[in-house]
Amino acid sequence: MTDATNNEPVTRTGSGHGASLINNPKFRAVIYQAAMLLGVVLLIWWLQSNAAYNLGQQNKSIGFGFLNSTSGFQIGFSLLPYERASTYFDVYLVGIVNTLLVASIGIVLATMLGFTIGIARLSPNWILRKLAMVYVEVMRNIPLLLQLFFWYFLLLNALPAVRDSYALGDLVFLNQRGLYLPAIVSDGRFLIVVAGFLIALGAAIWFRRRTIKKIEETGDRKPIWLPMIAIFAVIFAIAYFGSGAPVELDFPELRGFNYAGGFQVPPELTALILGLVIYTSAFIAEVVRAGIQSVSYGQVEAAEALGLRESDRMRLVVIPQAMRVIVPPLTSQYLNLTKNSSLGAAIGFPELVSVFAGTALNQSGRAIEIIALTMAVYLTFSLLTSIFMNWYNARVALVER
Amino acid sequence: MKKQLITCAMAAAMASTATAAFAQTLAQVEERGYIQCGVTEGVAGFSFPDENNNWSGLEVDFCRAMAAAIFDDPDAVRYTPLNTNVRFETLSNGNIDVLSRTTTWTMTRDTDLGLTFAGTMFYDGQGFIVPEGTVESALDLSGAAVCVQSGTTTELNMADYFAANDLDGSNFVVYVTRDEVTQAYLDGRCDAYTTDASGLAADRTQFPDPSAHVILPEIISKEPLGPVVRSGDTQWFNIAKWTYYALINAEELGVTSENVDDMLGSENPSIRRLLGVEGDFGTPLGISSDWGYRIIKHVGNYGELYERHVGPNTALGLERGLNALWTDGGLMYGMPIR
Amino acid sequence: MTDLSFVRGEIVGQRPAPRRSTGAVAWMKNNLFSSVGNTIMTVASVLFVLWLIPPLYNFLIGDAVFTDPEGLRGQACRIEGVGACWVFIRARFGFFMYGFYPDSEIWRVNLMFAIGIVLIIPLLVPKMPFVRTAAVLFFVVYPVVAYFLMAGGIFGLRQVPTGQWGGLTLTLIISLIGIILSMPIGILLALGRQSRLPIIKACCVGFIELWRAVPLITVLFMAAVMFPLFMPRGVSPDTLLRAIIGIVLFESAYMAEVVRGGLQAMPRGQYEASAALGLNKVKTMGLIILPQALKHVIPGIVNTFIALFKDTSLVSIIGIFELLNTVRAAGSDVNWSSPTHAVTGYIFAAFVFWIFCFGMSRYSIYMEGRLHTGHKR
Repeated sequence: MTDATNNEPVTRTGSGHGASLINNPKFRAVIYQAAMLLGVVLLIWWLQSNAAYNLGQQNKSIGFGFLNSTSGFQIGFSLLPYERASTYFDVYLVGIVNTLLVASIGIVLATMLGFTIGIARLSPNWILRKLAMVYVEVMRNIPLLLQLFFWYFLLLNALPAVRDSYALGDLVFLNQRGLYLPAIVSDGRFLIVVAGFLIALGAAIWFRRRTIKKIEETGDRKPIWLPMIAIFAVIFAIAYFGSGAPVELDFPELRGFNYAGGFQVPPELTALILGLVIYTSAFIAEVVRAGIQSVSYGQVEAAEALGLRESDRMRLVVIPQAMRVIVPPLTSQYLNLTKNSSLGAAIGFPELVSVFAGTALNQSGRAIEIIALTMAVYLTFSLLTSIFMNWYNARVALVER
Repeated sequence: MKKQLITCAMAAAMASTATAAFAQTLAQVEERGYIQCGVTEGVAGFSFPDENNNWSGLEVDFCRAMAAAIFDDPDAVRYTPLNTNVRFETLSNGNIDVLSRTTTWTMTRDTDLGLTFAGTMFYDGQGFIVPEGTVESALDLSGAAVCVQSGTTTELNMADYFAANDLDGSNFVVYVTRDEVTQAYLDGRCDAYTTDASGLAADRTQFPDPSAHVILPEIISKEPLGPVVRSGDTQWFNIAKWTYYALINAEELGVTSENVDDMLGSENPSIRRLLGVEGDFGTPLGISSDWGYRIIKHVGNYGELYERHVGPNTALGLERGLNALWTDGGLMYGMPIR
Repeated sequence: MTDLSFVRGEIVGQRPAPRRSTGAVAWMKNNLFSSVGNTIMTVASVLFVLWLIPPLYNFLIGDAVFTDPEGLRGQACRIEGVGACWVFIRARFGFFMYGFYPDSEIWRVNLMFAIGIVLIIPLLVPKMPFVRTAAVLFFVVYPVVAYFLMAGGIFGLRQVPTGQWGGLTLTLIISLIGIILSMPIGILLALGRQSRLPIIKACCVGFIELWRAVPLITVLFMAAVMFPLFMPRGVSPDTLLRAIIGIVLFESAYMAEVVRGGLQAMPRGQYEASAALGLNKVKTMGLIILPQALKHVIPGIVNTFIALFKDTSLVSIIGIFELLNTVRAAGSDVNWSSPTHAVTGYIFAAFVFWIFCFGMSRYSIYMEGRLHTGHKR
């Protein structure tokens, strides 16, 4: 409890006459730290020697060689090529990719829903405001795991069996085994299409920036959206048809037990994303509300006085200032969502914790290595997030004169 | 800094409690007064809790037999239901003394996990269960959604079987607990689910309409299920192993829980040795020499156990098959006690 | 030249009365129909509510099964199109509350809760007498008493192993221990992180960031699977204790960050003033800095408590029968195969969790208001 703190002024710097060594702050600092270091080192040494002894008793050793051996089990959902002859390292990768998939879809959807509800909470409309409040208060006060079980149960029980699937033409099918979408099938030329897409997108954004700059310089309003879409469409069409339209769709069709072909979204994934989005969006809504409320109303009035349109008032004055407050907690919500995706293990979705820290750990018996590798992934996510946050905080820091 | 002091004090305290704890399993068990036995989360016939959380079943009786041998009290057992994901770690951590939970004996488990199998309580094989009228053979399961419990040999066998027969196995769904697997199957998430054939029969008895489900004829693997102990403790391993052999030998010699008291007067030296009347077969194990008598008196012989929990007259209705004595064409063969 | 002065010859017509700004009509005009967009939103919202409420009402109350004349065995819920199966909750209520705790011993759990409630009231309600005594009793004596009441083994109480604890009881036990322990550890860590001494600071930062980076479920896996590996052979705390240790370490890292926020908000002047008063460091922290800093971050602290309470549901993944797990286990009971009993169980559990979390958040808003002294201008 005697920690000095950063804020605390240094009151005494040296020992006066007759003051014993023990009253010398420098000396005490050294003692404290030495004790702490000793304690930590002892603790680690003690844990390590216990582990070594216990592993020795069990005829086990630590090592990552097992990553190259065959896993021998199947994974139900994988974006990467994976079969039973793949290695534990492949399992690791599949787990990471599945986690990232859930996280990225979840983040996009939760942001959209969260912003909508956060803004609805500040709506002048009483009913809408109250509905948004009820949503937030209900969803954030119920454990996510419970919500996941609930959604998963509902998906399995409310959707029809395979033979009675809901169908949208012959394109999309929905049943209790999942959502079946047409898949994109292509060859090497697909890269050209992707490149074309990126170039088209870049060109459209470049055009938009340039136009906005011009508007700000001259004050003349010019159309932005239509030409932007046109530019995008033309460039993309050139790339697509120029490369010989190499993209085909693979439609799901009923073969034997299940739909085959196409892209299958299993109900575990749907339930996981549904639960994560609904849960996280309640928190994001609060973040957004706090952010918008932090911008004083005077700013809006000032913008009004300058003659900005209502949409521009939001876009140019309120949002940029609110973002300064919104982004830090928003990123931590994103990180939370990513970490919470590990609850997919409870409903059988093969994300990192389920497939690697669960199945692979059990089949290989390598507890320490596997838990360490799993934690390393989340630590990396967290590290990347804080690097981004530092960068962002530096960028948006108020420049005070 | 109080914090480091606390840390150091904690470390010291833990270190001091540690020194007393290096004793062997038997000594720990005797000091504690009961055996800690790892069981399933509930598989009818093997280990299943009733409404008052009293466990019974073939594998539960193995733990009871060990308790009878050590304490002369088959109820000196505490049961820990374990899912497949934590069972081995729980055993190797010392939280249980013996794992008797439909665990398949494989080479890696014997060599890599620091564990040792004490015998085979039940020779089983993996099968599939499907709703009546869907398919007749496991070879028709290509593309089927199959549910399975994670971290099991079943999971590996199924992948092998599908690969070997060139079936499409991309629709597997893996759950952590057995309840989830059966529930998902009953909810229609899966076309089939797979586990040991005995387990399928056991689960089916619990279904709302057992007759609407059939077990496919293919048995795709060898699944010798047996009790497991930690390796490195030979004495405890021997107690487990010889408890197992005593159960089989008793059946072979015709000693049952009913006639065991009469058998004490038997002239047959094998029976006399089994029941501890002749020779001292307890001291090497560290337990009383009448341990064989205690087991049979309190729990019964292997045949009795089988009939009581999984045999043709139970809900499971499983024939002896491979689990008959070697003299009846089965695989059960008790090593001689002498 | 005409006369420039102008005098109105007739009385100006009466203006209409100003629009009412009070009353139901005016309120609706302002809040629901102030503009076209607003009106559209109102209509859409009302339609949404109308679409949502009737089926919800029918499921929860209208078509629900409240009683079972045949004796709580679930037959009543086996009807097509039936609503919520409240019979199921009634029949298994004891299991949801107490888990596998032996029936004959349940009075011990109830007694434990009764003592807890009596002790906690003076702490929660302001201006009650005996706050100090109650605090000492609650935080020091009560945990010990509660433990022996639950576990037994002394005074002729039957021993009940932790494996039989369960249900809401266990949820509350885990969260209470988590709350009581994560607070002081969190404060220590926060102080350590603010420290000028580099090694102490590094240790605390490392600890906090490590725990905050990983999901709780991996921490629990670690507690369940790896923890005993790092203990001396033979020392293996039971699963519940390991899970609690995992939760406490995890949540105290979050608590540390909340407390740090409060510490950072303290102006330097407070340290200087207390130094001027001649207070030493311990007293500065204990009497001046911490009381103010903690008051600043009450919302954050309570949010951490709420998160902790919700997080206790995760221990079901490592096989501990807290509330959610009892509901799930009962839901897969074959004697109760009906279309809705399982979902009714989830709704019940959700409601229980919600009551506690919502209650905590309301209480924190109330306390915030009460403690908001001396900062109003």
